[in-house]
Amino acid sequence: MSDTITTAAPSSGAAKVLKINEAVIRIAGNSQDGIQAIGGFLARLAGRSEQEVMTFMTIPSTISGGPSIFQVRIGSGEVLSAGDEADMLLCFYQHSYEDHIKSVKLGGIVLFDADHVQPNPAYEENYRHVGVNISSLTVEAIGGTGRDKGKNIFAMGLLAKIFDLNVPKLLKLIEERFGGKDPSLVANATTCFNAGYMHSLENLLKTFQFFDAEKKDRHQVVMNGNEALAYGLIAAGVRFGAGYPITPWSDIMELLRRELPKYGGMFIQTEDEIAAVSMALGGSYAGRVAVTGSSGPGISLKTEAIGWASMAEMPLVIVDVQRGGPSTGMPTNVEQSDLNIACFGGHGDSPRVVLAPTSVEDCFYTAIEAVNIARKYSTPVFILTDQGIATRIEAFEEPNLEKVCQDISPDYTPVEDHKPYDLTKPNGITRHIAPGTKVLSGKYPIATGLEHDELGHPTGSSKLHALMTAKRRNKLRQLAWDFPKLKTYGPNEGQILLVGWGSSQGPIKEAVDRARGIGEAISGLTIRHLNPLPNGLEQIFKGFHHIFVVELNDEGIYGYGQLATVLRARYCDPRIQGITKSDGLTWKVKEILERARTLASAKA
Amino acid sequence: MSILTTPTTTATPVAPSPTAATTTTPPVTGERKGLTKKEVAADHPTWCPGCGDFSVLALYFKLIEKRKMIHEQITTIAGIGCSSRFPYFVQAHGAHFIHGRALPFASGVSLSRPDLHVFVFGGDGDAFSIGGNHFSHTCRKNIKMTYVVMDNWVYGLTKKQTSPTSPLGFKSKTDQWGAVDYPINPMKQAIAAGATFVARTTHTNPNHVLQMMEAAMDHDGFSFIECLSECVEFYEGAFDASNPRKGGVFKEVPKDHDVTNEGAAYALAGDPFPGYFGVFYKNTKPTKNAKEAEIIKSYQSKVTGLKDWQILQKNFDRMK
Ligand SMILES: Cc1ncc(C[n+]2csc(CCOP(=O)(O)OP(=O)(O)O)c2C)c(N)n1
Ligand code: SF4
Ligand SMILES: [Mg+2]
Repeated sequence: MSDTITTAAPSSGAAKVLKINEAVIRIAGNSQDGIQAIGGFLARLAGRSEQEVMTFMTIPSTISGGPSIFQVRIGSGEVLSAGDEADMLLCFYQHSYEDHIKSVKLGGIVLFDADHVQPNPAYEENYRHVGVNISSLTVEAIGGTGRDKGKNIFAMGLLAKIFDLNVPKLLKLIEERFGGKDPSLVANATTCFNAGYMHSLENLLKTFQFFDAEKKDRHQVVMNGNEALAYGLIAAGVRFGAGYPITPWSDIMELLRRELPKYGGMFIQTEDEIAAVSMALGGSYAGRVAVTGSSGPGISLKTEAIGWASMAEMPLVIVDVQRGGPSTGMPTNVEQSDLNIACFGGHGDSPRVVLAPTSVEDCFYTAIEAVNIARKYSTPVFILTDQGIATRIEAFEEPNLEKVCQDISPDYTPVEDHKPYDLTKPNGITRHIAPGTKVLSGKYPIATGLEHDELGHPTGSSKLHALMTAKRRNKLRQLAWDFPKLKTYGPNEGQILLVGWGSSQGPIKEAVDRARGIGEAISGLTIRHLNPLPNGLEQIFKGFHHIFVVELNDEGIYGYGQLATVLRARYCDPRIQGITKSDGLTWKVKEILERARTLASAKA
Repeated sequence: MSILTTPTTTATPVAPSPTAATTTTPPVTGERKGLTKKEVAADHPTWCPGCGDFSVLALYFKLIEKRKMIHEQITTIAGIGCSSRFPYFVQAHGAHFIHGRALPFASGVSLSRPDLHVFVFGGDGDAFSIGGNHFSHTCRKNIKMTYVVMDNWVYGLTKKQTSPTSPLGFKSKTDQWGAVDYPINPMKQAIAAGATFVARTTHTNPNHVLQMMEAAMDHDGFSFIECLSECVEFYEGAFDASNPRKGGVFKEVPKDHDVTNEGAAYALAGDPFPGYFGVFYKNTKPTKNAKEAEIIKSYQSKVTGLKDWQILQKNFDRMK
């Protein structure tokens, strides 16, 4: 809880009230205890209160459940990461207590279920312990046969009291969530909440109150990255897609399967990922850019067909929600190790576009950008997100849907003559006509994976192969000029430039803020367009002594992470070094700074 | 706008159109004349002289002509193989996809474009080996299209390796001593997988091929034809026993065969080579196309009058 200011006016008589800017709350229990639900409520409340919020969670990869955490960081100002250390730990079991107490700031609060947790005297010196018989009090409150089901809501009542949260808003959220068929659900949840809220917390010396957040022009929406991405695709006008289930991609396909029919579209569950990418390409060929997606293993299966998309120059959006690999790897952990397969995962020279959204909000807009690039350049486009963004919840300014939603229905207007692979076109950009379109010359094109002439008919001509290969490459060079000019976060000159992509944007920015706060000349740069890279990076690199590429992947045989390797290959700049890790967890700000300082002093 | 919004056409649809929610189509102008062979023939086929695939192509042209199809209504799709080169030889919209995956590609076209009749051509390796999984699932999902497998019992394009339909003992480059793996029975596979139209024909009987193609095209669902098509280069004489001109017998499916009887169809399929020719099995059940259209219809009825962005807005309102 940073920037705390003490105010003298205690609201309840006993505890003092502290005004705070932000708080990091870690909730630890088992996945079946509904701790995700508390986290979700808090995130949504923050969104409705115009606060910023970011969450981080771990879920066991087995369905039978197991230890799980949910961390929420709520702030009245900008929230860039889920927070290195927690201000408060809410723990339901001994194992949650033991495993997570180290994540709490010294002097932080440990709120524990006294029915299950036996505090350790060694910790009691360093952390403020508050025990409440959460389980038994929940049973007492609702009685009946529910046992301690509802203890998550009881605990939320406690949190509401401690952080002086907006009770009417929370009750409304409870009603929205549980309202429906069985009215007793809302009644029970409300009872649990009230019981928690009313519970006296005598041994707590102070309670907290968030500063009011700045008024925002538009409402905030609260969702996770997978949802933002899926809705972004819908806004972009995508109406057809196909996929095969795999964590953490499945949420996207489930959402599209459920939502697309309302828009007259459909999402098909196929027999495997090869069928999925093929079916999506069929959809694109039929006239409207389609989507497929997966995570690591499924992306491997799609590579042959993606090569066809490069060769046939067929628009397609491929979502890769990265997780720990290779093979089945770490299905519920985060990693950024699919950059190579996304950029280069194909036989032959098979150029494609790779975009990496940097936040939940960016997932929404990147989806639209991907669709538009795929259409404009007739190319496969990867959206490389990761387990970190996919499952974390953020509040962001509601998009102006009326403005951003687009119609990309195919145009069947008859054409005089049509050569999809026309070599005389400036920029070499292919344009397909959808089947059903009449060609008055009577010469019809073929979409093909064989090297071809301008109409798509096979050729063995070495000259044509060279020309067509260049055409497929040049259009992406052209695309790179379309990208907005990159800007550093922080001054464009200094000691260290931290370069990152994807979900590490938040922690990198926060690292920059923290370092600048103590006078260190560190700036940040996030690259959203990974293939092709935007032009002008060398200009930016010029301003710094060290360029450290921060990535969640392995340093590899030659000592550089995947993006660092590409940047070194492109710029031949020995100042480009890698800061990588593969522990399956998101970056902590502290970690980034320590690694950067060590590396800088070693290279100095 | 619904993807099932099909381009408007003055011509009658090639086949019964699925019960799409809202069906609008690309604008088709001019009265229905149908294409001539000349208009629909493209590159001269690269097949070896005498290859059975020539007759299949000729009969496809004939089908287009006879059924007065026009360019705006069809698309021809294939995977990889000699037979799969098909789309290049047809002067119409088409796609030449990758080995074994023509069916899911074609499904993407069929599901999103109810105004088109999707024809898929390919070989036995493409269909039953690398594409085996897709074959089963496209059958069971009953996705509307016509699939003609030009079965030559061998890998032609890659020059004589054992195929999943090569009979035991067939001497190929990968089985010099003769094939040891039991072959697939395409008819049985299709029936067992739940295909709703299963027929068998041979390139040496053009009238029969055309008859099967017409019946397949008129079937509202996934229609599958196994067409024996001799590879004169690598498996000469493979089908002589089915060709009366070579002293064989062309045995049609008995007149009294009940095509809706799955068991009887399966029994017919078990008849040893040369076996029967004709429609083994035919059944009507709702296509996936129709079912998806039904889902769309019911979901769209809940949002009538709303623009797309307004539908999305409703979701966003719930996430505030
Ligand atoms: C993924 C992949 N594997 C292998 C091949 C090589 N290949 C091309 S066609 C073919 C077999 C063709 O046999 P079939 O499908 O029976 O067609 P035919 O040539 O006999 O008409 C093979 C193995 C390929 N193109 N792609
Ligand atoms: S190799 Fe066989 S299948 Fe291929 S074209 Fe020649 S005869 Fe036909
Ligand atoms: Mg073959």
